[in-house]
Amino acid sequence: MSDGPLNWKRKPKGFLAKGAAPWAGFGVTLRTLFSKPVTEQYPFEKVEPYPRYHGRHQLNRYPDGLERCVGCELCAWACPADAISVQAGQNTSAERYSPGERYGASYQINYLRCIFCGLCIEACPTRALTMTTDYELAGPDRDGMIYDKDRLLAPPDQGMLATPHPMAPGVVESDYYEGKVTGPSPEQVEWVRERRPDDPSLDGANQQGAVKR
Amino acid sequence: MSPTDALVPVTIDGVQISVEPGTLIVRAAEQAGIAIPRFCDHPQLKPVGACRQCLVDVSSPGPDGKQRAFPKPQAACTMPVVPGMVVQTAATSPNAAAAQTAVMELLLTNHPLDCPTCDKAGECPLQNQAMAVGRDASRYTCAKRTYPKPIALTAEILLDRERCILCQRCTRFADQIAADPFIALQSRGARQQVGRFDPAAWLGRPDGAAGRVSEDAVTAELAPIVDTQHAPAVPGSNSLATAELPPISDQADTAEPPGMALALDGRPFASYFSGNLIQLCPVGALTSASYRFQARPFDLVSTESVAEHDSSACDVRIDVRRGQVRRRLAAGGPDGPSREWLTDKDRFAFAWQSLPERLTSPLVRHNGELRPASWPEAIAAAAAGLTSANSTGVLPGGRLTFEDALAYSVFARAVLATSDVDFRARPHSAEEAAFLNRFVAGTGTGVTLDDLAAASHVILVGFEPEEEGGIVYLRLREAAKAGARIEAIAPYASPGIRRLGAHLIQVLPGTEAAALTKLLDDAAPLPGTLILLGERLALAPGALAAAAHQQGGRLAWIPRRVGERAGVEAGLLPGPLPPHLASALTSAFGDALSGAPSGAAAQDPTTPDPATSDPTGRDTSAMLAAAAAGQLDALVVGGVEVDDLPDPTLARTALDRAFTVSLEILPSQATALADVVLPVAPPAEKSGTYITWEGRPKPFGRVLTSTAMPDSKVLQAIATAMDRPIDLTPATASTVLEAIQSADAAASPTASAPLDIPDLAERGNTEQVQPVAGQALLATWHLNLDAGRLQAGDPHLAGTAKAPFAVLSRATAFEVDVRDGERLTVSTEAGAITVPVRIGEIPDRVVWLPTNSSGCQVRATLGVSGGIVQIEPTPTDRREVVA
Repeated sequence: MSDGPLNWKRKPKGFLAKGAAPWAGFGVTLRTLFSKPVTEQYPFEKVEPYPRYHGRHQLNRYPDGLERCVGCELCAWACPADAISVQAGQNTSAERYSPGERYGASYQINYLRCIFCGLCIEACPTRALTMTTDYELAGPDRDGMIYDKDRLLAPPDQGMLATPHPMAPGVVESDYYEGKVTGPSPEQVEWVRERRPDDPSLDGANQQGAVKR
Repeated sequence: MSPTDALVPVTIDGVQISVEPGTLIVRAAEQAGIAIPRFCDHPQLKPVGACRQCLVDVSSPGPDGKQRAFPKPQAACTMPVVPGMVVQTAATSPNAAAAQTAVMELLLTNHPLDCPTCDKAGECPLQNQAMAVGRDASRYTCAKRTYPKPIALTAEILLDRERCILCQRCTRFADQIAADPFIALQSRGARQQVGRFDPAAWLGRPDGAAGRVSEDAVTAELAPIVDTQHAPAVPGSNSLATAELPPISDQADTAEPPGMALALDGRPFASYFSGNLIQLCPVGALTSASYRFQARPFDLVSTESVAEHDSSACDVRIDVRRGQVRRRLAAGGPDGPSREWLTDKDRFAFAWQSLPERLTSPLVRHNGELRPASWPEAIAAAAAGLTSANSTGVLPGGRLTFEDALAYSVFARAVLATSDVDFRARPHSAEEAAFLNRFVAGTGTGVTLDDLAAASHVILVGFEPEEEGGIVYLRLREAAKAGARIEAIAPYASPGIRRLGAHLIQVLPGTEAAALTKLLDDAAPLPGTLILLGERLALAPGALAAAAHQQGGRLAWIPRRVGERAGVEAGLLPGPLPPHLASALTSAFGDALSGAPSGAAAQDPTTPDPATSDPTGRDTSAMLAAAAAGQLDALVVGGVEVDDLPDPTLARTALDRAFTVSLEILPSQATALADVVLPVAPPAEKSGTYITWEGRPKPFGRVLTSTAMPDSKVLQAIATAMDRPIDLTPATASTVLEAIQSADAAASPTASAPLDIPDLAERGNTEQVQPVAGQALLATWHLNLDAGRLQAGDPHLAGTAKAPFAVLSRATAFEVDVRDGERLTVSTEAGAITVPVRIGEIPDRVVWLPTNSSGCQVRATLGVSGGIVQIEPTPTDRREVVA
């Protein structure tokens, strides 16, 4: 028998070690008594996960507030749990939600099925779908666990304009993909003000026409 | 020379194969099981070599017998094989592979990267091919050519020119197959594009922002253009004419070329077969408005089925997503009876089966009001009403599967013990019934669609192939292209007849008999002559008799509706059953069907006395007249639209007066007047067998899961509630169908047997009535796309239908002082129709109208199907007409 890894037998303890062994366990207890506790006081104190945590999904917007989702359903295609359901819709000049022809008219994620693998995020061609660090996904009923667009779509950030509204004049959809649009233009703000004067996003909307050309 | 010697030996990728001379390399490779990528190549279109994706290395023996290679890769889709040819595809030749990759890179230079928003993505040959042989990253850094996207070719077909790779499949289809050249190549070089030959196609120029149209123009194009039910009768009044179109007034002022019809959305009429372009397109350049953004191919459930819109019952593939039919595609393969083409009606008109107003629960009339009821209550009410009725008529309608038709037949003859049954919800005659029972019922598969395509001589009598036949027209075009002689006996040369190159034998409406007799007397038909008879001949006394007396040619009766042949085969014509059918039914159901009621039915005191009911049976009109007069107590009505009947007013009175049980899918005038309404399953929610006009059974399975019952189940439930159960299962139906099919071999009527037609003596009677000035004889037939109930629910499709118009001869138009494009009022005592008039080659004092188009519903408004009508110009300011 060699003294390689197969030699698993412990070395027999000496006289002193045998005598101290019953007291050695208290060492852990004593040490812990004087260390900082690791208990998380959830839900009174919430812990922020790492930034790349796979939490609840979010549908993002372009800087002028138009939605990034084009309703292509690639996320639903990628989903191994069949948790995503998308129905695309047609943008019109009266009701435009995203640049281009197509937007996600109906978007649902079933969090009873979702396994938070993130394949949908990788599939998304416009970075419309990302994951947040929100992990509080529990509810009292099953219906409520199917998140609709109203809970998935990110609310307009400061400076953004709520949809629907048209693209800025002179801007084409590829400008959005190339990051040339940095905020709503005065024309867009005016368009919304005319039709929805009470829209709360009007107050904060950046009206400096920040469209890089 | 033996057939084997005639074959050409070639070697493709080391595989030796012998093929027919003249075979293209792509076809030879298909036979050898070797894939060559291609976009423009299509087995049913002539080779064009447009896309260059199929480049292969080719060498063939020279005059000295040495193998000589072509210096460059050759297009496999245009090069026929020669003996000893050696072909190396991309699989074995790096040269060919490099060429294919380069072509792919070229095709993708201007192809937009919008697969995520494209309806074709997921089933796109270009996408698949790019993934297979394309480069990982694009080397093209310049701006891509852009066009406004999409533009609407028609209300249904959208064109995105950015995505087009100019394979010309669409233009070749329009040119070679449908002969509707509404889409064509325009411009040259980098600006080459497909489009309509109208200024609209020139909206976008590839030079930057100036080429972009306003968003409103594009979205206006895409908006559902026509409300099916309330479409404007006059296209000029259509406020939805888009910015892309020249004002309608321009067109009204100038005489349009004859046959240039307008569609209901104000565009020039395009085609009845335009949906095939979408299926042909190997990229997402042509898409449909109704399927736009509806689904992704990966979560569509596809089921092969059969279309319900015409008597050819074409093969379709039905794509379902989340329990909803999203689209239909042509199926059946390029060698199938429909050649994998489909009419737009078969392709797009499926929404009617799931309209929100569809009947979902039975209705029973209580104190004059229809109220929802449970199934047992409704069945009991129907059974009680039918049991207490002394006489009952059955009007099953012309859209039934064979199983349902058989159920109506057995229900009428065994349970109700009546011969008053008639499936013909349209103008009809006793002559027609006799003809159908004698020459159509039990004759099995006769003339087929393939026979049409191979015919050398075709006579069309009272039959307009494009409008009334759908796919029949495309197959006849094949014959016409091969040089067949086509003669049409009709009042005027409709565009469809003209494009077939048919020789028109012009007749007054209703006098087809004389012309047919003369034609057949002048030259006896050859064995290869096909005589196609339309359902319109029921209004032409003696025509069917004249056809029946012909010797030598082959007859084919081509009705419009899908269930008419099944009705004939199942015995849904008034009077006694044809002998072969009586024996088939007796062996399947016992003696109850042998004519007189027997067994339990005879002993039942409530059974109608056979003496009181006419043993010869009453046809639809006679039944409705009797019911309106109170001589018929009850009616069992299937899928019958009141306005399709010869006299809608009489029909309404009859349905109101008699105890009516209506088996329907959608609410209709019949259900509104019925006493018991029983909802039945639409075709997508049941299985069954349609019988085409050829006599070919076309079985189909259920597409959607549903609790809706087919007519046969409902009738069985009523029969059981009447204590006269009938044992009718799909198995019995298929036994009867087999018996009928096999009976024809033994007892098929010979063409020489004379047909005793009671109306024969009346031939030519209509010539006695002569219209005077201000009057005209009415000629009418249905347009392919019209205001039919089964086209409801798709506004895009409705927008592609022809706008209604009247046709007058030049002399008659002069006589009543109406100019081409102005509006004409056609009236009878019952009502008036006002439509734009078009000067055409039609006999003097004859006016043609579409039977059931939006704003021109001849039977509903005028109450007639033919005969004398009044015509006068509509007294309106000309400016108002065109405004």
